[in-house]
Amino acid sequence: MRTSATERPGFVWVAPALLFFGLFGLAPVLIVGYLSFTSWRGLGDPEWVGLANWAALPGDGQVRGGLVITMTLTALCWVTQTPLALAFGVWSAGPQRVRAVVSAVFFLPLLLSTAAIALVWKALLDPNFGIPAQVSEWLGLSHSNVLGHSSLALYAIVFIVLWQFLPFHMLLYQAAARQVPRSLYEAAELDGASGVQRFLRITVPQLRHTIIASSVLMLVGSMTYFETVLLLTAGGPGNATRILPLHMYNQGFVAFEMGYASAIAVLLVILGTGLSLLVVRATGYSRMTSQREGM
Amino acid sequence: MSRTHRIRVIGSTSLALSLLLATGCGTSGPGGGDAMQVWALEDAAVNEIVEQRIEAFNGTQDVPTELVTFVNDAYKQRLQVALGSPNAPDVFFNWGGGNLAQYTQQDQVFDLTQALEDNPEFRDAFLPSVLDVAAIDGSYYGVPLLGVQPVVMYYNKPVLEAAGLEPPETFDDLYEAIDVLQEEGVTPIVLPGAQGWTQLMWFSYLVDRIGGPDVFQAVVDGEEGSWEDPAVLEALEMCQDLVDRGAFGNNFTSIDYDNGSASALLANGDSAMFLMGSWDISRQMEDSPEFVENDELGFTAFPVVEGGAGEPNAIVGNPSNYFSINSDSEHTETAVDFLVETLASDEYVSDLIDVGQVPPIEGIEEQLQESDHAEFATFTHGLVSDAPTFTQSWDQALDPAVAEAMLTNLQLVFIGDITPEEFGQAMEQTR
Repeated sequence: MRTSATERPGFVWVAPALLFFGLFGLAPVLIVGYLSFTSWRGLGDPEWVGLANWAALPGDGQVRGGLVITMTLTALCWVTQTPLALAFGVWSAGPQRVRAVVSAVFFLPLLLSTAAIALVWKALLDPNFGIPAQVSEWLGLSHSNVLGHSSLALYAIVFIVLWQFLPFHMLLYQAAARQVPRSLYEAAELDGASGVQRFLRITVPQLRHTIIASSVLMLVGSMTYFETVLLLTAGGPGNATRILPLHMYNQGFVAFEMGYASAIAVLLVILGTGLSLLVVRATGYSRMTSQREGM
Repeated sequence: MSRTHRIRVIGSTSLALSLLLATGCGTSGPGGGDAMQVWALEDAAVNEIVEQRIEAFNGTQDVPTELVTFVNDAYKQRLQVALGSPNAPDVFFNWGGGNLAQYTQQDQVFDLTQALEDNPEFRDAFLPSVLDVAAIDGSYYGVPLLGVQPVVMYYNKPVLEAAGLEPPETFDDLYEAIDVLQEEGVTPIVLPGAQGWTQLMWFSYLVDRIGGPDVFQAVVDGEEGSWEDPAVLEALEMCQDLVDRGAFGNNFTSIDYDNGSASALLANGDSAMFLMGSWDISRQMEDSPEFVENDELGFTAFPVVEGGAGEPNAIVGNPSNYFSINSDSEHTETAVDFLVETLASDEYVSDLIDVGQVPPIEGIEEQLQESDHAEFATFTHGLVSDAPTFTQSWDQALDPAVAEAMLTNLQLVFIGDITPEEFGQAMEQTR
């Protein structure tokens, strides 16, 4: 049955959603866009400075460095999360009871707030009273410095983000894997396909849309892993984990350069939007054709 | 160093936010008219004392006064946004120096110079070096409300004794102690280097010892080349040298002050010395009471640098926190009366002493000797009274944007990513 244009719900029905989006989605972005052309310290009125903030961006070593670290973090997060979430998600989609129990345990981090997770891991990784202190003693390592180590700190963040967000992406894959028609597997089995072949030839292609959706969420999400980094390392040691969102926060709420921080914020919006558009375009996700049987 | 009591508010991002929302809505500041609002940081002991004085004050006034408190991390942001808006406080807590100067530049602060001249005995009650931190361009904009917080060198007495060492009086003593202690398997000095302000303590003390207080004054005044002053560079070199000697161990970059681990490392003897603000004594008494009660916690002044131009008894730290008055307030007269009647009053001062503070008030030595923590209190008061200069923590005295850049660059110096010269160049670009 097709719905004709005249039968579509009227504008009144969308008004609340539009209003909400306009007020809390669009308006802040527009205001930040305006602030990025001003100098404002939070006191008094913003003062129009034209392109001065934007002109300062390329010369700011921390913006360039922050961009590199943000991209590195994004890439590492995607590379670690996608294969694991896919594998665990498909595994947990099986009907066995033990898989359900293990998955339930695995989903626990989903229930915790990001701030709580960051603080718990910070305590666990304490160089003197945490796990590294014990482990380095057993293994005879020369130091127990994880969060204060220039390269280990970033890997620690990647690991914690993985631990936190893996269950969410597993859930996506689990749901999607359960929708793959049984008949495809049965046909493949009759043709003598091995388990690995069935996974690579049936499961992965059937989960294509889920892989893209989960990747977009990961890529755009990793541009906002701000609180984890703030609470764990505050960008340290030195600038080793100073991602761009953290630099924005420091400029805005520590240095009180609201105008400059707004310019960084707009840059982040552009990057995030561009990245998700790129992924959607490059993968053909925008055409949204269903590959599912009968749909 | 950016706060008075580094109360453990870590992880309060969400809490701070909800408090912000809870206290932010529906308050009426100047223009609201019905009550005079006093904004301060949350600190259970001190808040109660201020509340008592407000109650006493309210009995004599038509306009009721009320205290509104905030957690540390949210406070500066909240104040920044509120001043100049209809939701601003009438009286507000601040750190003096550059922090206060931001607001005076916007004409947001009531000039108290006349009020102090009208009440000379009130003005003269305060230690001048502490009161002067709230003086900007020759006018007074704030009055101290809390105790003095100089940075001192704490040490673990049994650990030094076991190594056959005396607390270091000079840097030569310190270098010797660093070598001996490492042989004993003890980290000579605990440095919570995850936070830049703890490294700033070493840097700012060294600059003062090497070049005297004028070097920092030039930085505050924004003089060209002041960040590349020979004393600044030498101090940074000495910091890097301390790191290379192993003074701070090999994991200082991930030690945190806020979670109490640095103070615990001193108390349990893993480290022998700890350069920290006088507020750390409260943390030790709370977290490691036996360490304090058994008289194992020692304290002394920062060591002298041989051949340095600075005075050997000059100090660095947070002189105090200050109450200032919003110039837009409808109740400026009442607010002045409140400050003058309260902050140097006998009741207020003795209550502060009772909770372990050392108020910046002249002639309270006897009272301090009778207090619970007499030894530390008299030590602190003596240190401040005898100091020719009391340099405010640089991150509080400087403009917030410059301070942020300084702390980041300082961390880079300590981990050896940049040289002292590169630090100087980077900081010269911030003005």
